[in-house]
Amino acid sequence: MTHYFISLLILIAASSSALAETPDAFFEARQRMVSEIVDDVVETASQLGRERLNPRVIDAMRRVRRHEFVPPENRRRAYKNRPLPIGHGQTISQPYMVAIMTDLLDLDPGDKVLEVGTGSGYQAAILAELVDRVYSIEIVAPLGKDAAKRLKRLNYDNVDVRIGDGYYGWKKQAPFDAIIVTAAGSHIPPPLIKQLKPGGRMVVPVGSRFMTQELLLVEKNSAGDVTTRQLLPVIFVPLTGSH
Amino acid sequence: MKRSQHLLFLSIALLSLAALGYEILLMRLFSIIQWHHFAYMIISLALLGYGASGAVITIFQKQLKRHFALSYTAGIALFGISAIGSFLIIQQLPFNAEEVLWDWRQPGWLLLMYLLLAIPFMFAAGAIALALSHYSDMIGKIYAYDLIGAGLGGVCIILLLFVFMPFEVLAWIGVFSLIATLLAAMALHSTAAWRVTLLSIPPATAMIWLALHSTAVISPYKELSQTLRIPATEIVARRSSPLGLLDIVESRQTPFRHAPGLSLKADGEPPSQVGIFTDGGNMSVITHDAGNAEAFAYLDQITSALPYHLRKLQQVLILGAGGGADVQQARYHQIPQITAVELNPQVVELLRSDYAEFSGHLYQQSDVELHVDEARGFITDSSQHYDLIQVALMDAFGASTAGLYALNESYLYTLEAFKTYLQHLQPSGYLSLSRWIKLPPRDTLKLMATAIQALKESGVDHPAQQLVLIRGWQTSTLLVKNGAFTGSEIDAVKAFCNNLGFDVAWYPGMQATEANRFNQLRQPWFYRSAVALLGDEAQQFMDDYKFDLRPSTDDRPYFFHFFKWSILPEILSLQGKGGMPLLEQGYLISVSTLLQALFASLLLIILPLLFLNRGGLRRKQTIRRSNVLIYFFAIGLAFLFIEIAFIQKMSLLLHHPLYSAATVMTGFLTFAGLGSLYSQRLVEQGHAHRGVVIAVVGIAVLSLAYLLFFKSLPEALLSLPLAVKMLLAIIMIAPLAFMMGMPFPLALSHLGQHAQQLIPWAWGINGCASVISAILATLLAIHGGFSMVVILAVLLYLLAALSFPKPFQEENR
Repeated sequence: MTHYFISLLILIAASSSALAETPDAFFEARQRMVSEIVDDVVETASQLGRERLNPRVIDAMRRVRRHEFVPPENRRRAYKNRPLPIGHGQTISQPYMVAIMTDLLDLDPGDKVLEVGTGSGYQAAILAELVDRVYSIEIVAPLGKDAAKRLKRLNYDNVDVRIGDGYYGWKKQAPFDAIIVTAAGSHIPPPLIKQLKPGGRMVVPVGSRFMTQELLLVEKNSAGDVTTRQLLPVIFVPLTGSH
Repeated sequence: MKRSQHLLFLSIALLSLAALGYEILLMRLFSIIQWHHFAYMIISLALLGYGASGAVITIFQKQLKRHFALSYTAGIALFGISAIGSFLIIQQLPFNAEEVLWDWRQPGWLLLMYLLLAIPFMFAAGAIALALSHYSDMIGKIYAYDLIGAGLGGVCIILLLFVFMPFEVLAWIGVFSLIATLLAAMALHSTAAWRVTLLSIPPATAMIWLALHSTAVISPYKELSQTLRIPATEIVARRSSPLGLLDIVESRQTPFRHAPGLSLKADGEPPSQVGIFTDGGNMSVITHDAGNAEAFAYLDQITSALPYHLRKLQQVLILGAGGGADVQQARYHQIPQITAVELNPQVVELLRSDYAEFSGHLYQQSDVELHVDEARGFITDSSQHYDLIQVALMDAFGASTAGLYALNESYLYTLEAFKTYLQHLQPSGYLSLSRWIKLPPRDTLKLMATAIQALKESGVDHPAQQLVLIRGWQTSTLLVKNGAFTGSEIDAVKAFCNNLGFDVAWYPGMQATEANRFNQLRQPWFYRSAVALLGDEAQQFMDDYKFDLRPSTDDRPYFFHFFKWSILPEILSLQGKGGMPLLEQGYLISVSTLLQALFASLLLIILPLLFLNRGGLRRKQTIRRSNVLIYFFAIGLAFLFIEIAFIQKMSLLLHHPLYSAATVMTGFLTFAGLGSLYSQRLVEQGHAHRGVVIAVVGIAVLSLAYLLFFKSLPEALLSLPLAVKMLLAIIMIAPLAFMMGMPFPLALSHLGQHAQQLIPWAWGINGCASVISAILATLLAIHGGFSMVVILAVLLYLLAALSFPKPFQEENR
């Protein structure tokens, strides 16, 4: 009950700030989708080690026009809580996952964030709503170019997109407060761990393009020691009975 | 007439050869463009074309029979044309297997795919059904050629797949069908048949040309498609065999850096690598060896390196050597005697020729002894003992975590396999098994449960003393020691884990506080589960666990099956909230295939009945239709139950999955064909029913005897040369298959004498039952094992014998 009350409060707070935005044809759909996600996350919260989504993240989700980041043929499905194909064998993640991953990064407005795998640019836009600077690397050139153009058109001037290999991170701008790796290879690149600030956090979704199995949260403490937390983004306990 | 008859029989045999070949080829083609499990679903349902042919012919039998020559020839010709055409169209459909649960349009595409593929099977089966119905006095012979042709089709397509690329083999299907069309026209001496043949030549040739000039349209979401989007990345070579299509990929700008499970504390990166993709996925790599041993240090920073840190090892066996990573790992630790086993000769050949220098002549080194063999068979036959037996992480992460291997039999992870491994360890030797980490934990725990039971059954009183389990965020490694772990070994385990940031999940004497330190889960699931599995209430724990952790056995070889029905409602309720990856898709796909097949079969069986009761086909019922239904359905189910079960059972004897499947399938179909030929004589003597009873008794006795034989397969047999074992397999199969070939033609001939209009209907029933049988056999084996499948088959044969469709007057006698 408390959860519902809290989410209701968040909803009211968030929609009042969103009202200040220019409404678009998908405004209603977007607010509905975000409200759904907020409720879902509250249910899953115990798995993620937090009670609810950060209101700033919810606010960002309410503002970013997801329909601008999907191909025209998928536009009317842009606010379904599901991953969608964006061409080049890539997808735009399920908004529920985007919300959780962003939230796990614990971002502050002054943070500098690195994203490996720009894709459509949607995640970068969410990040750009929350922090000062976002650096995003995409290896598939046509995707990266389109995303850069799109972000510019939507006035996300605090995002830098670079076409290239994300394995070595973005040395010139390192270290980062947070890193999000949306296209992981066979392991987490050691250079990325190096480019994480002490106290910094990295999130890596694990699984297929259409189904995220788990979220890997890599944390570097102030002494530089690295630990991971493996989070199931779903409320599921593998045992029944008394164990 | 004699010569024409032979030509007709030949056309039937060639058509069956092409149709069965096509079925096997489709499995290959779909595994390349999509994923294996959807291939299974699409092809199973497409085979309902057999059932559909029965329905269509029953409905239009007057017209089709009047123009037999034309319709028979056209059926063959259209099979060839549509076999190629349907596949080429299917390739262009925007089906995305990964989106099936997200997008309502995807099931629609899926339906269209199997409808399109059902067309060629319907034409092929239709032609055969027409021949059976038209020459109802020669049913035994026609069916014999049908079976023998199919039997040869299996071998023939496997041989062709060794020599040609899959699309070239598709063209061969077109060629076979064209020849079969010509043979039919020559046999039938009919202007109509010749006209059809001549008309079919241009489109058939066009299709063959198209097949030769087509390439596989691989799903953009498969690993290979994804990799090829990286700049300066290209396929440099391609090898094809029935074991898979290998694409060798080089990336000049962006290295592959394949090092699954690499510690977060690792620095360096792997040397340059060449990717080997099997069927567009399942990437493994060949790593460049420029002579600098330190370049391979990264292989010492993954969980599977653990055993090398416990003591100095001399003899190491690597099962599943692939591109050589595990061999390099052993060489990094300067192991003097490395024995490696790899199933796919083309992978080995790559390392021995094109990439010999690149890989530093890895497989030609004096310390490496490489065997091209099936792993389980190799170790069973071996008399060696090893300090370490390493079972490599062979399957791909994605498919493994999505539960797509649920239907794949694996004889590497069964209880019996573990006992065999343990027998081949030196005193104090280790068995090391690495797996991908799945959350919530599944396969790692099933491995542990299997190891515990294997140790207990091998006479070990305290399995806990002989097990160590460690994990990173991505992989886990389980060590089973032949003897108790010593204090110094345990210290080494702890040091290894501490240095690399891996967690210990079990070692003898472990404290709860040591668990879950570096890679934290919400609960220390691995440690707690290990404790539970080692405790007195292990059974209760497995019952309460939401995934199936029971060890797999040789009779129930489904290690990758974790699904429990009880959790389905919970997972479905979590659909939008990240719960879908918890679904073990492979199993559910199989169940959904079964339901669809049952529904379609019901339609295909009932629909013709409505027409049989109408118009010109209405005759006085001379035979009880319910008996026809039960009889042909039962033998359709039973035949494939036994064939599939013995393909599996024989693979324990023959080991190699290909040789086993080819030998058993060809043996079964060929000898069943001979049985059918013999049944012709029984029919002519008027002993059809008696023949069925004798055959069923024989099938029951032999099947059950073989089950006992496989239960305690004599060790001495296993080490015989492969050729001798293949001969033995065929000798065993021959009498059983001979008798299994009789019930169908005996009863069909009987229908020919008493109710000829029911022949196509019976054929359709049998076709539907075969499709259901293939799906059901796997599902039943997952739950009850292949022995149960065989016992059920025997019961079905007995049921068939009891419901033999006799004419009413005989029944009343």
